[in-house]
Amino acid sequence: MDFSLTGDHLALRDAVRKFCDGEYPLHQCGNAEAATLSASRWAALAELGLFGLDISAAYDGSGLTAVEIMLAAQELGRRLGGGSWIASNLPAAYILSKAGRDAQRSTWLPKIAVGRRRLSLAYLESGWRYDLAKPAVTAVQQNRGWLLNGTKINVPGADAADGFVVSAGDDALFIVDARTPGVSVQSFRTLDGRAAGHVTLDGATVSGEALITGAGRAVLQAAIDYATAALCAEATGAIEALIDLTTDYLKTREQFGQPLVKFQVLQHGIADALIDLEQSKSMACVAALAAGSEDAGQRARLISAAKVTIGNAARRVGQWAIQMHGAMGMTDECRAGHYAKRLLVINQMFGDASYHLQRFIKHMAQGNGNES
Amino acid sequence: MKLEFSAEDEAFRLEVRSFVRDHLPAWLKRKVELGLRLERADYVAWYERLYERGWSAPSWPKEYGGPGWTPLQRYIFDEEALLGGAPRIIASGILMLGPVLMAVGTQEQKARYLPAIRRSETWWAQGFSEPGAGSDLAQVRTTAVRDGDHFIVNGHKLWTSYAHFCDMLFCLVRTESSSKPQNGITFMLIDMKTPGITVRPIRMIDGGNDLNEIYLDNVRVPAENVVGELNKGWSYGKYLLGHERTGIAGIGSSKQQIARVRALAQAHGLADDPALAARLGALEIQLMALEFTGLRMLSKNQESRVPSVEASMLKVRGTELRQEIYELLLEVAGPGALPFDEAALRGDQGLVPPVAPPDLMSLAANYLDSRKITIYGGTSEVQRNLISKAFLTA
Repeated sequence: MDFSLTGDHLALRDAVRKFCDGEYPLHQCGNAEAATLSASRWAALAELGLFGLDISAAYDGSGLTAVEIMLAAQELGRRLGGGSWIASNLPAAYILSKAGRDAQRSTWLPKIAVGRRRLSLAYLESGWRYDLAKPAVTAVQQNRGWLLNGTKINVPGADAADGFVVSAGDDALFIVDARTPGVSVQSFRTLDGRAAGHVTLDGATVSGEALITGAGRAVLQAAIDYATAALCAEATGAIEALIDLTTDYLKTREQFGQPLVKFQVLQHGIADALIDLEQSKSMACVAALAAGSEDAGQRARLISAAKVTIGNAARRVGQWAIQMHGAMGMTDECRAGHYAKRLLVINQMFGDASYHLQRFIKHMAQGNGNES
Repeated sequence: MKLEFSAEDEAFRLEVRSFVRDHLPAWLKRKVELGLRLERADYVAWYERLYERGWSAPSWPKEYGGPGWTPLQRYIFDEEALLGGAPRIIASGILMLGPVLMAVGTQEQKARYLPAIRRSETWWAQGFSEPGAGSDLAQVRTTAVRDGDHFIVNGHKLWTSYAHFCDMLFCLVRTESSSKPQNGITFMLIDMKTPGITVRPIRMIDGGNDLNEIYLDNVRVPAENVVGELNKGWSYGKYLLGHERTGIAGIGSSKQQIARVRALAQAHGLADDPALAARLGALEIQLMALEFTGLRMLSKNQESRVPSVEASMLKVRGTELRQEIYELLLEVAGPGALPFDEAALRGDQGLVPPVAPPDLMSLAANYLDSRKITIYGGTSEVQRNLISKAFLTA
């Protein structure tokens, strides 16, 4: 039982922090990125080495773990950076690392690690909530390949993706090149201003080599848990930045002849936000450690506990920050709203607090409920 | 970083678990698990066994006869002892006075008082609060006036836990009037048998009388009973209330009471109730988040935004969480919580036949008693003041 961070951890954290401070100016945090800015930032994040952090050294990555991903995600969360990486590209690469064929890995992973290719995760379907169901996207074997039909929704970074990891058929995962005839993307932005899209496969034919053999729902769930852990870390960074932002505002805004921060009722709100923050940080660590666990039940229980804790903290701190900014907090100009919206997106992604509470209870019944 | 305990810590956990299983008297375990009132003899029955094993002062370093455990070992001990049905360690001697004497006591004071605390021969009461000095503790008005090699103490202390079965009192008294109320307070030790001391138990909301008021009327206290420097008592009192991080979240107690919720739900047909399961699940998660936060704060390079008030954060969250668990216990009791039988709560033969199932009848009293934990040791409101002040001035 030890949460200590090493010197290498701190060095990584500080490097990402320094990068984010320069790349994402505070007064613009959360603004929707034009395609050119998005592309240049992607190249810069690649240069920093983020995309290869957890990719094996055999494929030109750094071979690190979910803990290093957590540290990077926290820093991105502070400045609302990172685009679609954590929610989409990270779990797609995870699936390839865990279950991809050698040829698939050597084709994609080295290029992903340096930011030259993007692979997005396309798993969600219309009508689903958070449990993985049998996909309505069909996969019919044809000659030596597969014929795919159906639509995947809310795929982060769909417009910029070179390929998709698609769940289809009874229980299969495929890599689908974005240029495949029959693949189209309906692009839109999610409420945090980030690019996403619905991906339609209309008679898209892929080769037999596109099937990720041996990968099914269990691997997909592991990838989603892995990304959920990273999103927990991202949210924690955003919560921390939002507390700082809001406290700074309370120190400068004067009403009734004094700075708002002099009012005790507002001071107590700060104390509660700080308590939420510290617990979120702890559970982000727990989620990162659980993300690497081979025990699916233990992993589910701990990651769900983290998502509940951080989901509730994110909702409370987001609402509090808007309230503390008063009418300013309702404007698009004010950064509080941008943070609150990103936190809202994270909460609705891969399961909200209510969903994860139920999932936790289900897995509680199977475990003994004690960490020891 | 790793979630697993080391093999050494796991071995230690098993050692504590089997010790508790083999040495905790069954009658005492039953009293604790039923939430009945405990007297000095009950606590002593357990502490004596801990003493024989060398574990009666879990937080003390070896040089003072403690086991010299790491914070993690103390945490494991606390959890295993409480989950095993042992009474908690009463704070005043071991957790409060002990560390102050170790920090600023004279050699003579240490030699005289520390071993007797460890052997649970001397029981200490804490005399801080007064009628006009609650959260604003610096307003103490009990005076101590020098008279040769003695002080003459006059005043009125309030909310003194267990004073009715304590031998000694450590208290804050005013030895100098000052424009700043924190100055001029002295930390002093008083023998409860000294003439001029009257203890009056206060009947509390749960029917118990663990709290008392103490009247001090021309009580003569030897000057050697001053701890640390004269007029500097405020800083020692603050040290005593704020230095403890390991146990303050009450994780072991919370786990003990959550286990009680589960057992009662099972016994009373509520095991499949979805609303109860949802609330219990939510509390389990909150407890986990708090537990890992306590453990994280012990780890290297994981200091919080406001390290100086980590104890306050853990206290606020830990006590509020524990109160929620007691609320849930009360709900589980349902109508069984209504009958109230003083004798049965003491563990004596109550009304015959019993007026409520024995496992339910203490729950209302326990719930009411639990309201104190966000009041004592610095109210939640005072703690929130401390947390925000530390953050805003950092």
